[in-house]
Amino acid sequence: MAKNKEETFRKTPTGISGLDEITNGGFPKGRPILICGSAGCGKTLFAAQFLIKGITDYKEPGVFMSFEETPKDLEDNFMSLGFDLKKLQSQKKLHIDYVRIERSEIEETGEYDLEGLFIRLNYAIDSIGAKRVVLDTIESLFSGMGNMTLLRSEIRRLFSWLKEKGVTTIITGERGESSLTRQGMEEYVSDCVILLDFRVIDQIATRRLRIVKYRGSMHGTNEYPFLIDEHGISVLPVTSLKLDYKSSTEIISTGLPALDNAFSTGGIYRGSSTLITGNAGTSKTILAAHFALSSCNRKERTLYFSFEESPDQLVRNMATIGINFKQAIQSKLLYIHASRPSLQGLEMHLMVLNRLLAELKPRTVIIDPISSLITIGNSSEVGAMLVRLLDTLKINQVNALFTSLTHDGYTEYSNSNIDAVSSLADTWINLRNEERNNERVRSLLIVKSRGMGHSNNQQNFTITGKGINFTTTNKK
Amino acid sequence: MPKPEKWELRLYIAGQTPNSILALKNITKYCKQHLEGRYVIEVIDLLKNPQLAEGDQIFAIPTLVRKVPEPLRKIIGDLSDEEKVLVGLNIRPIAH
Repeated sequence: MAKNKEETFRKTPTGISGLDEITNGGFPKGRPILICGSAGCGKTLFAAQFLIKGITDYKEPGVFMSFEETPKDLEDNFMSLGFDLKKLQSQKKLHIDYVRIERSEIEETGEYDLEGLFIRLNYAIDSIGAKRVVLDTIESLFSGMGNMTLLRSEIRRLFSWLKEKGVTTIITGERGESSLTRQGMEEYVSDCVILLDFRVIDQIATRRLRIVKYRGSMHGTNEYPFLIDEHGISVLPVTSLKLDYKSSTEIISTGLPALDNAFSTGGIYRGSSTLITGNAGTSKTILAAHFALSSCNRKERTLYFSFEESPDQLVRNMATIGINFKQAIQSKLLYIHASRPSLQGLEMHLMVLNRLLAELKPRTVIIDPISSLITIGNSSEVGAMLVRLLDTLKINQVNALFTSLTHDGYTEYSNSNIDAVSSLADTWINLRNEERNNERVRSLLIVKSRGMGHSNNQQNFTITGKGINFTTTNKK
Repeated sequence: MPKPEKWELRLYIAGQTPNSILALKNITKYCKQHLEGRYVIEVIDLLKNPQLAEGDQIFAIPTLVRKVPEPLRKIIGDLSDEEKVLVGLNIRPIAH
């Protein structure tokens, strides 16, 4: 169904990461889109990013018609987000037209129309061959001029003119009390309306986005969290729509030959996800480190998220048990990203993760431990977001390994924290410490491993100067 | 006696639309009456010179701009209300 509809009209990428996914391919090409929301919710940035990414990523020049901020202000504001408007203007890819409407300077007498605005816009569009236009925010006309009836009919004419011109236009509008926008712009823009929202829940500010209307297209209907950081806006789709990723039959090593032997296939599938659970001090990180190093040895880029140790500390500690990360880091095969889980909200963490995935394109990703992410969010949201993250990794055929801290007792198999992850993990390994005869015995048990036979024996191991050493022999 | 002031006016139009024709007729009439010999009206057709719209911040058509004397003033519309135009341009105080 969606396919047929996509064919009936074309879409254009939004330039906002995550939004193309929700809109099933982007904004309607050549049509007006209304972005509304209260003051400070990110409308101007949203519009600017659409325009700038259009220029830099999709070769579509753009016109920014600003009714509020001067070109100087816009340049300064967007410089801080890494958008060099001046450069784009000098390259004739961007045209900023500031329309200043000063009521005190203007007297109205008799009949008039807004042809001047049309001519300006037309001239700006034609001079650079623009495909994208932003009008931010056209409602300023209403405060600057008196003849409302005329303005309304002229704005209606403007939108249909823009449509005829074939440019994709973002119109921003301030949220009204009883309607989406103060001047009821939603009446004129019937194709696509997006509402931005900014609210504070539990003292944490959250921005949300919702597609109110998107005529003729399938789209996500949820409220989606979005973030503004130094890279602009990114939207985080909470749930992904499909389960149709490819599965590899290639086998890779876990980094421990003895552990590989515990699987009937002699290793785990490429692009699968592995969960390692265990109490504190059961060597989860060491197992993860072995996995990371084996990935580096295959010359595959590896991304290691550490939420407990700093990169330095991790490198130092692993060196003491013969796992040498230094070389892998120097040869840029290993990238360790460390941050405190409580430093940012969960959304921010996942966003960072997503961005690093896009930037580094790693073949292996380790999150140590994923349980710290779980503790900082509220459960329903976290579950959905983790699903989303794992999906992203699977789609990209990334080998994933997560460690998760569990607590004593039988609950380790029924811990609600790891429920979300465990059902998604292809392989689940549980680590235990036991005291026997005044000695601590470390053991490992494969709880499950999809698509392959595996050992059902508990395997004991010790930590030596060369890492993990299995003391029981594995049977397939 | 101070040198009589010179008035520089610009009328922005977009083709020969009824509003534009009327505006030009009106302003010519007022100037002849009140500023005889002391005014210049420059008519700018934005259909021919669209690049000129941005400089004087034109968005409505027709727009009359008083360039000199300063400060800059703008009157939009067909200029049919003589009183409003004269006050707007500060050509003479409000008539009693």
